[in-house]
Amino acid sequence: MAAPGAPLRTLRALLRELRRAAGRSYRDSPAYRHVLAAFRAHRVTSEKLCRAQQELHFQAATYLCLLRSVREHEALHREYHGRGERSPQEVAGLVGFRLPQQPGGKG
Amino acid sequence: MVGAARWGHVGAGPMPRRQRKRFYQNVSISQGEGGFEINLDHRKLKTPQAKLFTVPSEALAIAVATEWDSQKDTIKFYTMHLTTLCNTALDNPTQRNKTQLIRAAVKFLETDTVCYRVEEPPALAELQKNEWDPVITWAEKRYNVTIGSSTSILGPNIPASTKETFVSHLASYNMWALQGIEFVITQLKSLILSMSLIDRHITVEKAVLLSRLEEEYQIQRWGNVEWAHDYDLCELRARTAAGTLFVHLCSESSSVKHKLLQD
Repeated sequence: MAAPGAPLRTLRALLRELRRAAGRSYRDSPAYRHVLAAFRAHRVTSEKLCRAQQELHFQAATYLCLLRSVREHEALHREYHGRGERSPQEVAGLVGFRLPQQPGGKG
Repeated sequence: MVGAARWGHVGAGPMPRRQRKRFYQNVSISQGEGGFEINLDHRKLKTPQAKLFTVPSEALAIAVATEWDSQKDTIKFYTMHLTTLCNTALDNPTQRNKTQLIRAAVKFLETDTVCYRVEEPPALAELQKNEWDPVITWAEKRYNVTIGSSTSILGPNIPASTKETFVSHLASYNMWALQGIEFVITQLKSLILSMSLIDRHITVEKAVLLSRLEEEYQIQRWGNVEWAHDYDLCELRARTAAGTLFVHLCSESSSVKHKLLQD
């Protein structure tokens, strides 16, 4: 089965992502509580190797990948694809001009 | 009750909008007759076709609720992959039944990424052999089939018995899980990589890497372009991870409401 790395590291990283997503009240969020409860119930440590634990670890690693990728994709979108067009004022400013306030180009 | 999720139909405008302002404070889940529901303040979430949004698994409902609660000032629908998958399962907009879904999935085998090989340049051909042969071998062993690979423009010649084996294997999944499987296959452009992922033989990151092998090779050679390459990589990872999680959460017999999953 895949999902390399220690289950505890995956759990910590997953909780960190959930904290990022939720904000201040992350501890009360259903996802945070569900993940903690699931790990406690299966008591994931590096010694035990039962199938249910491996499946849980794989699920946690997959969810971690989802949260992380969505965050990174969002950041890239904002950085490169979100800005839209510049306003006429901004374009003028690029070459050192200011748009005129009065018709006829005065002022 | 408000059709909160009907992005594109809320307000005027001919084009579906990609974003709208977050209009709710609290997100919670509750259990109804058909399964778990999502509440945005006091409103129940609906699908684009105005059906009640109900999911068979509590864990899936929690993950969907988390997507909605993660939205800040604006709701970015294109990041809410689990919600989208649930909407597809509930609305079935392409109107496909189980047989049609399975047929679409298995058809991908004829142009499966890992079976379709180049001869030039030699370095890429070698990379494909080293990275993709093991996955094919795994699939052949796991499913007791013959698959092989090909450099022909027509692609590999997949025996009918191989296709039949995959058809009956996929038939063991319920309708919701099948939607997820078909989604993952269209993202990765490979049935074999998808099965490898769903059978937990490889991780999402590895599956995406293998799917994008040629891109990764070109990136190594010619350099990375963040706003294109990384953008695509993250999006593919997000979608594949969502699809995989969706399949697993809809297949777990212990947590699933079977009435909802009737085919």
